[in-house]
Amino acid sequence: MKKFVRNRVFWCCLLIIGGLHSAYPADSHSENEGELDVRELILEHLADSYEWHVATIGDKHIAIPLLVIVKGEKNGWQLFSSSHFHHGASEYKGFYLATEGKYKGKVVERSVAGEETRPLDISITKNVFSLLFSSLLLVCIILFTASWYKKESKTSDYKAPKGFVALMELFIMSVTDDLIKPCVGKDYKRYVPYLLTVFFFIFFNNLLGLIPLFPGGANLTGNISVTFVLALFTFLIVNCFATKEYWREILWPEVPVWLKVPVPIMPALELVGIFTKPFALMIRLFANILAGHSIVLGLTCLIFVTVSLGSAVNSGMTVVSVLLTVFINFLELLVAYIQAYVFTMLSAVFIGLSRVEPHPHSKGHS
Amino acid sequence: MSLLTPDIGLLFWMLLSFGIVFFILAKFGFPIIVKMVEERKEFIETSLKSAKEANERLAGIKEESDRILALAREEQLRILKEAADMRAEMIKEGKAQASVEADKIIKEALAVIRKEKDDAIRDVRNEVIGLSVDIAEKLLRKNLEHKSAQMELASKLIDEAWIQAR
Repeated sequence: MKKFVRNRVFWCCLLIIGGLHSAYPADSHSENEGELDVRELILEHLADSYEWHVATIGDKHIAIPLLVIVKGEKNGWQLFSSSHFHHGASEYKGFYLATEGKYKGKVVERSVAGEETRPLDISITKNVFSLLFSSLLLVCIILFTASWYKKESKTSDYKAPKGFVALMELFIMSVTDDLIKPCVGKDYKRYVPYLLTVFFFIFFNNLLGLIPLFPGGANLTGNISVTFVLALFTFLIVNCFATKEYWREILWPEVPVWLKVPVPIMPALELVGIFTKPFALMIRLFANILAGHSIVLGLTCLIFVTVSLGSAVNSGMTVVSVLLTVFINFLELLVAYIQAYVFTMLSAVFIGLSRVEPHPHSKGHS
Repeated sequence: MSLLTPDIGLLFWMLLSFGIVFFILAKFGFPIIVKMVEERKEFIETSLKSAKEANERLAGIKEESDRILALAREEQLRILKEAADMRAEMIKEGKAQASVEADKIIKEALAVIRKEKDDAIRDVRNEVIGLSVDIAEKLLRKNLEHKSAQMELASKLIDEAWIQAR
């Protein structure tokens, strides 16, 4: 068992950018044995962290240390392994993990005035590492698929791909033909690369999030920063390539004049609409994935919560918990696809809406 | 709650990595795949179309050949019938001709026979005449021992011949 864990940890460490640290046993905590704070546990798992916690055996925490990159007030840019914090127990170069307050769990430093301040922090955290890993995976897979087509394009006869490439083609073409083409409309070809990238990015990260073992398991698409950036890209693409008619409909919509002048009620509403659309995208993805992770964690915690209720109840609940977790995991598998699909579809619809052409009847009015 | 506040570090990395991923995939990934698949789709469509056309043409050819065959058979029948007709006609004609010829031959034969008969009759008559004349001569010679009787007879004969000649 130990050998297995050590092997896996060693293998995982090779993947980590920067730190080639071996796993280390954590300092033993004086934990409150009896009670389990489920809420805290779930929130901790959902949130980001500076190290990749693999398992806790007895009192020993096995975690993969990641890279901390911070720019403090005093020391400037610092780059070091998160193992120096010893799970928040110790301080390193003036930086430490806050144990409470609004920066709880984050790297902080003590300012000259003695207050806890947050340095500029671009550490390779668990989420960032997962992000980089999935990005790399996505690029490799898509480029691999593309290379097959590139090779094939040199020969004049058209062959259908087999195996993995065929699977990818199925995905890519189903999204293109069934989603992007009808939603965007006329000049959908321009947007195909972006929408496909978004789809696969979300899909891959959702799936990776469902794998509880090392390179997966991060709650990435359930993190608001990630969905924010995705929504931001959609927002920019929708509004940067919008037609004149789209802006005319926002700034001078076809409503009675008193709704526009002197108080621009409708234009104001329409302007708000510009922002609510990507906002809805951001929240939808974030909430769905977050909820999925929470449910799985909560159901798993059921086993540990019911320990105090006796072995009969506990074993019964364990069965229930495992069955439910399996069910929810299948459901999440579906959700992983659906949410990627929905995000792409809504992006495509918004793009399609921004590509409106002037209506023939409205020309007569204006 | 920290779950709802975006984290600067993750934002930075997300912007960076998603931007790079987007750039790479939009340049070297998806367009190639989509383009190739669409080209292939087009190729398949045109292939199907031309195959259908070829099939149709083939069916047309078969129909045409069937038609020609039927036509040829009809022609054959017609020719055969014509030949049979012709044969019958020829036989009929031959028969008619033969009968005509036969008639002619018979007629000729009859004519020859009649002529022969006439000749024979004439010969017989001449013979009879000769004999009669001889007999008459002998008889007359016996009777006409007198001159007056001779004269009387001669004039009587001349009268008779005269009447006969007229």
